Amino acid sequence: MKKIEAIIKPFKLEEVKDALSDLGLEGMTVSEVKGFGRQKGHTEIYRGSEYTVDFLPKIKVEVVIPDDLVEKASAAIVAAARTGKIGDGKVFIYPVDEAIRIRTDETGDKAV
Amino acid sequence: MVGVRLVLLLIAVISASLLCTSSVSAQAAAPTPPAATLEQRVTDLEQYFQNASVGGPTGTTWTSKIAGVPGPGDNAWLIVASALVLFMTLPGLGLFYGGLVRQKNVLSVLAQCLSIAGLVIIIWWAVGYSLAFGTSFTADRTHPTLLGSILGGTDYFFLKGITGAPNTDYSYWVSQNIFSMFQLMFAIITPALIVGAVAERMKFSAVLLFVTLWMFIVYLPMAHMVWGITGMMNGVWNATASIKAIDFAGGTVVHMSSGWSALILCMMLGKRLGFGKEHMAPHSMVLCMVGTGMLWVGWYGFNAGSALAADGIAANAFVTTTLAAGVASFVWAMLEYIIRKKPSVLGFCSGAVAGLVVITPACGFVTPNSAVIIGILAGVIPFIFVMKLKGIFGYDDALDTFGVHAVGGTLGALVTGIFASVDANANLATNLKDIVGKTLWLEQLKAIGVTLMLSIVGTIIIASIVKAVIGLRASPEVETEGLDLAEHGEEGYIMDHRS
Repeated sequence: MKKIEAIIKPFKLEEVKDALSDLGLEGMTVSEVKGFGRQKGHTEIYRGSEYTVDFLPKIKVEVVIPDDLVEKASAAIVAAARTGKIGDGKVFIYPVDEAIRIRTDETGDKAV
Repeated sequence: MVGVRLVLLLIAVISASLLCTSSVSAQAAAPTPPAATLEQRVTDLEQYFQNASVGGPTGTTWTSKIAGVPGPGDNAWLIVASALVLFMTLPGLGLFYGGLVRQKNVLSVLAQCLSIAGLVIIIWWAVGYSLAFGTSFTADRTHPTLLGSILGGTDYFFLKGITGAPNTDYSYWVSQNIFSMFQLMFAIITPALIVGAVAERMKFSAVLLFVTLWMFIVYLPMAHMVWGITGMMNGVWNATASIKAIDFAGGTVVHMSSGWSALILCMMLGKRLGFGKEHMAPHSMVLCMVGTGMLWVGWYGFNAGSALAADGIAANAFVTTTLAAGVASFVWAMLEYIIRKKPSVLGFCSGAVAGLVVITPACGFVTPNSAVIIGILAGVIPFIFVMKLKGIFGYDDALDTFGVHAVGGTLGALVTGIFASVDANANLATNLKDIVGKTLWLEQLKAIGVTLMLSIVGTIIIASIVKAVIGLRASPEVETEGLDLAEHGEEGYIMDHRS
């Protein structure tokens, strides 16, 4: 089992979700996050005052999936989330020791 | 709890003075003129259409059947206009300013606007209207006294004798009780404008004490001098005014007085903690825009209502107000578009308010074409102040009360002297025909000087008193936590979806 964690542009969430659903994935966790990478922040100007906003809004998508799906799933996310411009985000893949479905006590691949 | 003691003291003073007031009035009966003939009754009706007095040329040739009766049309407009002017403060200015502060202070701005409304209503009812628009300090109108040219009198304390009958010193056809309410709404918004400069750090009790003293030392004298029938700067209506200045709807009384006082107060108060370092961007430009729209709409009551009649002067003021606001809003944002490549919503809003401020003293005295020129000036000059000069001087006028209202009000007072024309307002021919279009602007400069002096010196004195008695600023802890929670025990937004 692996966990894929993708930081993407907020407006790409629908496309990423559809791409993962097409692979047969049945669940994901999504959170609104803020951060910066090479894109850096932006500047806001209110009358004479200028403010630099360092942290930009992004979406974090987390899915835990069986090993055999990892390659396809990460490729699907990358393809769906890409605009080719700076700030598209990143994908991280982590090993997962165990998964338990709370309702049934099922474990491992069956639980994800 | 200094604040609590203050409020108790205020209530005690009011109740004491109420108990002491008993209205004993003895009026000498003048000989009654003959009853009006049919033709004279028709003349009275025609006078209504022309916003003039009944009863013949001096008002005493015949006994009019409609003397002391308000004119329905004029009265209806002033009732609506009064409500519109209140709407400018509640919630217009509250939202305009509230949107510009940080989320943790949004309620403090609203609380200050609301509390100023209540406080000023009490002052106005007790003594304020009388001190501004009474006349008892002037025994003989042909011989003005110093006191009588600065303050009105004690004749209308507790709104004594103020009924639905018009006071012909101010309007032939509007009920005096409505006139007093209309003027009250101006007295509410003026100190509320100051709130913008001291937002996010002045403590609530200090705002209450400051505004109370400021009403007596700055606002009431200003209102009387410019608009009181015995006022020393009421050039249009007071033939014995020592400064023959004009101010249709409050360039000096409202915008200059609040704006210059705001500058002094924010300098004495000091900058917000973290000013220039922390992120202090507006928490809601949406609220700010909503408030701006309300201000603009309410301003029609402010400007066109200041004709004190539903006449052609009011109609012209409506047109000039529209033109100046629209032009200034557009010019301000287009300047941003050219200089920064991005026209901002705050730019459109700031320009609209600047245009409204600058046209305020002029609206009933200038032609529509002059209003367009005034609109352009209003979009450029306050823009330069707010965008460039503020940064150079380094004071923390949090929401630009000075840059918009003081600069705009001063500019407006001056251009009114330049553009005022008898074509736009025939009343200018009554007492001012020799100086309109000639040296009127010099009289305007004098009025600007008096307003500056009173606002600056008055505010220095008042703020020093408040500082010595209860202090001006909230503690650093309160300021950091936010005034909403610390001073009002509430939060503006509780966005937790579970609750």
